[in-house]
Amino acid sequence: MTTPAGVEVRLEDLRRSYAGVTALDGLSLTMAPGELVALLGPSGCGKTTAMRLVAGLEEANSGRVMFGGKDVTGLPANRRDVGMVFQAYSLFPHMTAQQNVEFGLSLHKVNAAKRRERSGEMLELVGLSKYANRYAHQLSGGQQQRVALARALAIQPTVLLLDEPLSALDAKVRSRLRDEIRRVQLEVGTTTLFVTHDQEEALAIADRVGVMNAGRLEQLDSPVAIYSRPATPFVAEFVGLTNRIPGMVKFGMVEVRGTELPLVQHDAPTGPAIALVRPEAVALASEHDSVPGPLIGTVIAVAFLGATSRVSVDLGDIVVLAQLPTAEASAHPAGTRVRLAIRPDPVLIAREVEKAPVEA
Amino acid sequence: MSRSRRVKLQAFRVTIFILLGAFFLVPIGAMFEFSTRGNSVTAPRTMEAWTNIFQTADLVKAITVSLELAVITSVGMLVLLLPTMVWVRLRLPRVHRIVEFLCLLPLTIPAIALVVGIAPLYHWIEINLTDSILILSFVYLIIVLPYSYRALDAGLAAIDIKTMSEAARSLGAGWGTVMLRVIVPNMSTAILNACLLSVAVVLGEFTFAQLLYFENLQVAIGYVGLVSAGTSIAVSVASLIFAFTLLMILSFFGRPRLRIAPIEETVIPGPLGPPIGPK
Repeated sequence: MTTPAGVEVRLEDLRRSYAGVTALDGLSLTMAPGELVALLGPSGCGKTTAMRLVAGLEEANSGRVMFGGKDVTGLPANRRDVGMVFQAYSLFPHMTAQQNVEFGLSLHKVNAAKRRERSGEMLELVGLSKYANRYAHQLSGGQQQRVALARALAIQPTVLLLDEPLSALDAKVRSRLRDEIRRVQLEVGTTTLFVTHDQEEALAIADRVGVMNAGRLEQLDSPVAIYSRPATPFVAEFVGLTNRIPGMVKFGMVEVRGTELPLVQHDAPTGPAIALVRPEAVALASEHDSVPGPLIGTVIAVAFLGATSRVSVDLGDIVVLAQLPTAEASAHPAGTRVRLAIRPDPVLIAREVEKAPVEA
Repeated sequence: MSRSRRVKLQAFRVTIFILLGAFFLVPIGAMFEFSTRGNSVTAPRTMEAWTNIFQTADLVKAITVSLELAVITSVGMLVLLLPTMVWVRLRLPRVHRIVEFLCLLPLTIPAIALVVGIAPLYHWIEINLTDSILILSFVYLIIVLPYSYRALDAGLAAIDIKTMSEAARSLGAGWGTVMLRVIVPNMSTAILNACLLSVAVVLGEFTFAQLLYFENLQVAIGYVGLVSAGTSIAVSVASLIFAFTLLMILSFFGRPRLRIAPIEETVIPGPLGPPIGPK
């Protein structure tokens, strides 16, 4: 199989609204050739709209879509040369897996012999050579999505678009297929846009993750940076768990219950604020002193997660989560008194003090 | 389910089947019996009424014309209705109810009212354009709309037309290809159903043809009945058998494909190797 070189994909100030409601509010994004970018965000954040604009399935109100320096904004979907895998099972039920894969090739005027050869290669790539003659209803959900991936890649698209392709699958199949999609994408080298609302999926599969909120891109960065150095309070709270602990900003630091923490936003104005602290930045120590202190509380629950455990500590006015190695957490069963220590990593602050103290 | 309950259920099914079968077959049997009677009670059975069908030129012509009307109406209905319904589902879902209302409207209008309304138009067409009976297909298109719409709507609802058409479009298909190679093959049963209903309605239609002074099958049967009751009954039985045959064809095409259980998820060999951990 020939490996097509990926092309640069650029979205320039894309805007789209429906009946006065803004779905996409000036999205700009550049994807390097062969890169896999995941758009992550809650329902209604505009990520699927962005993908549909790239696919040509909808028209933008303004902005441009560029593939390899060529403006494709005005091209209809069937002339954009994109491969797409949908959230819903999209195999044509009246065709076998092989016929599905050959469908796009026949539209590109590839002769029968070449079609058969290419579809065979694609089905082999996704590990379904043996099932070439099966119809969609004879395949499991994961197999159908793999055939859909083979079908999308068979036409050697300029861009591969994956619209929550794993959402309809159960957890075990989802995790395995996620790895397989990444392997296939690396093998063919096609520039790929992956849309998902599942942060674990996005962080695991992408070269870069774009977190979207209310039609805008909040942050576009590597998975590690998105998790450990979130640019905005929304990203900090949407990706991973975050403790929202009330504090006071002064002298470029935020004081949280007697502990001073450096700030990500150096220019934050003095005054009350909510510090966003990751559970893994919270450590526990046994505390036998019954005198209450700002970081002394009672363990109310321990959730076993495998190698780590999540401990919920009631400090009286708020509940703080700490994520620890399971061996360490087992020393603090529910009901024990503990003293918290917050690692002095730079933290983000949010100004809205009315939200719940702990949020996922 | 216990064995006695299963037996009772089976007996109930067989009873219903026999009763319904009798309900439909006894009248047809009686018609057949009548059409094969001789000229007197004691006369031997004869197939004269059946052979008369092919010897009555007007009847043969009416059968041919009705079949032509059935084909033209079915094709016209499909060409008009299917793309419209697909387009409404994909692009204009907000007008779905309006289209449904318009398509079902002919059910609520008495045939005589429609004829009175449409007669001047037909007179004008006959005088200025053509007096062919085939122009009846225009009005038949209207009266088959409710039945065809229901059949096609059920077919469209059974498939994810939006995802399939978008998948086909992303693979390079134009709208014509989407219709002919993706949508139509996936709703063949609904299309056959709609066609069968159209054919049945057209073959059984009497009021419009009679009041607009055309001679279709039902009008011809009426005339033949005045001369030979046996022949008119034989034609009626033949048209019923024709409709049953169409139903048989439909059920044959509509039979679901042989189902094979999905295969277990497989591990894909590749440069990164199989996933780590228990399968």
